[in-house]
Amino acid sequence: MLAVDSLAFGYPRHTVGRDVSFTLGAGEVMCVLGPNGSGKTTLLRTLLGLLPLHEGKILFNGKDFSSFPRREIARFAGYVPQAHQPYFAYSVRDMVLMGRSAHLGTFSTPAAHDREVAARVLESLGISPLADRPVTEISAGERQLALVARALAQEPRLLVMDEPTASLDFGNQVRVLERIAALAAGGISILFSTHDPDHAFLAAQRALLLAEGRVLALGTPREVIRADTLERLYHVAVQVVPLEGGGHTCLPALK
Amino acid sequence: MYLGVAAFFFDSIERIRYAAALAIAFAGLLALVVLALLVGRYPLSLSDLPMLKTVVLEIRGPRVLAAALVGASLAAAGTVYQGILRNPLVSPDILGVSSGAALGAVVAMLLSMNFFMVQILAFAGGLAAVALVYWIGSRLRGHDPLLALVLTGVVVGTLLGAVVSLLKTLADPLGQLPAITFWLLGSLASVSPRELAIAAPLAIAGLIPLALLRWRVNLLTLPDDEARALGADPGRLRLLVIAAATLMTAAAVAISGIIGWIGLLVPHAARLLVGPGFGRLLPLAMLLGAAFLLAVDTLCRAATAVELPPGVVTALIGTPLFLWLFALSRRSW
Repeated sequence: MLAVDSLAFGYPRHTVGRDVSFTLGAGEVMCVLGPNGSGKTTLLRTLLGLLPLHEGKILFNGKDFSSFPRREIARFAGYVPQAHQPYFAYSVRDMVLMGRSAHLGTFSTPAAHDREVAARVLESLGISPLADRPVTEISAGERQLALVARALAQEPRLLVMDEPTASLDFGNQVRVLERIAALAAGGISILFSTHDPDHAFLAAQRALLLAEGRVLALGTPREVIRADTLERLYHVAVQVVPLEGGGHTCLPALK
Repeated sequence: MYLGVAAFFFDSIERIRYAAALAIAFAGLLALVVLALLVGRYPLSLSDLPMLKTVVLEIRGPRVLAAALVGASLAAAGTVYQGILRNPLVSPDILGVSSGAALGAVVAMLLSMNFFMVQILAFAGGLAAVALVYWIGSRLRGHDPLLALVLTGVVVGTLLGAVVSLLKTLADPLGQLPAITFWLLGSLASVSPRELAIAAPLAIAGLIPLALLRWRVNLLTLPDDEARALGADPGRLRLLVIAAATLMTAAAVAISGIIGWIGLLVPHAARLLVGPGFGRLLPLAMLLGAAFLLAVDTLCRAATAVELPPGVVTALIGTPLFLWLFALSRRSW
C-alpha cells in the first residue's frame, strides 16, 4: 500500500533525516516515536508531499508518488494536523466539506454527494451533533475529531496524523486511539506520531523509532519498545512492564 | 433519522437567515438609491419633468452608481484580503493599493494632467504597488508567506506614502496642493458616466474570478500546509485572488480617491450576519458596502452647505461602529 525506500528528507537546503525505509499494508497502523526534533513531523510532511524528497522513493500502491499531482496525493493520503485555534468560525460541517476539495473541480462547490460524505464521516466519528457548531467554540478534543473528519472526507487510503493526542486530556486521548483502531479495522492505513510509547502498544501494529532523522528500530511495538531502545531514544531510564491479561506499559524511573 | 431531520432543519434555518439578510440588504440599498436620487441641493418637483430627468439621470444617477460601485468593490476586496491573509484587521489597503494609487494620482496632478489621466495613473499606480509588494513578498524565503506579504505591504505602503508627502511639498500651494489633498480624502462629486463606463467593467472583471472561486477561496483561510494536503495549490490560488481583489480596489480608488474603513468594517458586519463562508459572505458584503457608501455620500452632499469628503465621514462613523462590532464578535470572526 505504502512503501518508503531509503528516504532522505528535510527542508530545501537542510536534510533532516535519511535512510528511512518501511512498508505499511492496508488497515495497518504504524506509530512513529522520537524525541523533539528527531524529524517525526518532517517525515510525515514529506510523506504527504508537503516537503521535497531529497533521496529515495515513496510508492503508493506501487506507483511512484513524485509523479502524482497534488490532487491525486490528496485523494490517497489525508492529513490530520495538530489542532490549533482556528482563525474563522466555520461550522464543523463546512470545515469537513473542505476535505472534499480534491474531489471537486476548481470552480465547483460541494454537491449533494459531498454533503452526504461529510454527514457520513461525522456520523462515523460520533460527532454529528457538532455539525452546526463553529469550530472556534468547540473543545480541543472535539476539534481534533473534526480534523480527523475533514481528512476522512477526502476518502483517503492512508491517514497521516501528526501527534493526534497532543494537548488532549486523558479521556480524549483514549477516544482518539479508539478511533484510530476503528478506522484501521475499516481498511484505512494509519501513520501517527506521538510522544507516548504506550499509544503504540494500545493502537499500533508497528512502531518506528526515529532518532536524529534515522531509524533506530522498526517492528512490532512488542519487539522495538524496550527499556534499552527507549533509553537510547529519550535518554531516560524506563521500564516496560507486562500487564495482566496481555499488553504492556512504559514506566519511567525517576532518579 | 433524528439527526438527518435535525441537519436538514439547521441547514434550512441557516438558508433562511442568509436569504433574509440578502433580501433586507438589497431592499435597504434600493431604498437608499431612491432617497439619494431625490435629495440634494436642487429641489425636485414633478411639474418640471425635463429638469427632473436631467438632475436624476445626468447628475445624481452617475454619482449614486459610483457610490454603489466603489462601496461594493472595496467591501468585496476587504472580504477577500481578511480571509486569505487570515487577519481580521486588514483592509484592501494592506498590500499597498491605496498608496500606489495615491502616488500615481499625485504625479499626474503635479504634471498638470487632466482629470482622466489622474484616474488612469491612480489605477496603474495601485496595480503596480501590489505587484511590487507581491514580488518582493514572495522572494522573502524562509518566512511565513503571509507574514512576508503583509510586512512588505506595510513597508512599501509607508515608502510610497513618504514619496507622496515629498511630492506634496513640491506642489503649487494654491492650485495643486488643495487638489491633491481633496483627492487623498476621497470624493465622488466629479465621477462622470464615461469614467463609470470604464471602472465598472474593470471591477466586474475582478469580481468574476472571485465569484467562480467562491468555494475554493475558503481553503486559503487554512494554513498553507493544510490547504495543500487537501489538494489545493494555495500559492497560485492566492495570487489569482489577490490580483482579482486588487483590480476591483484599483478601479474603485481610481474614480473615488481614497475612501477608508469600508473595506475593514463591512466584511466584519457581513461575517457577523452570515458566518465566514466566502460564497455567502461576498454578495452580502458587496450589498452592505454599496449601501454604506451610498448612505455616507448622500449625507455628505445633502447634510451641510459645504460638501464633506466621504473618506472622512466613513472614518467618523466607521470607527465607533467597528469597535461595537468587535465587541459583539468576541473571539470568532
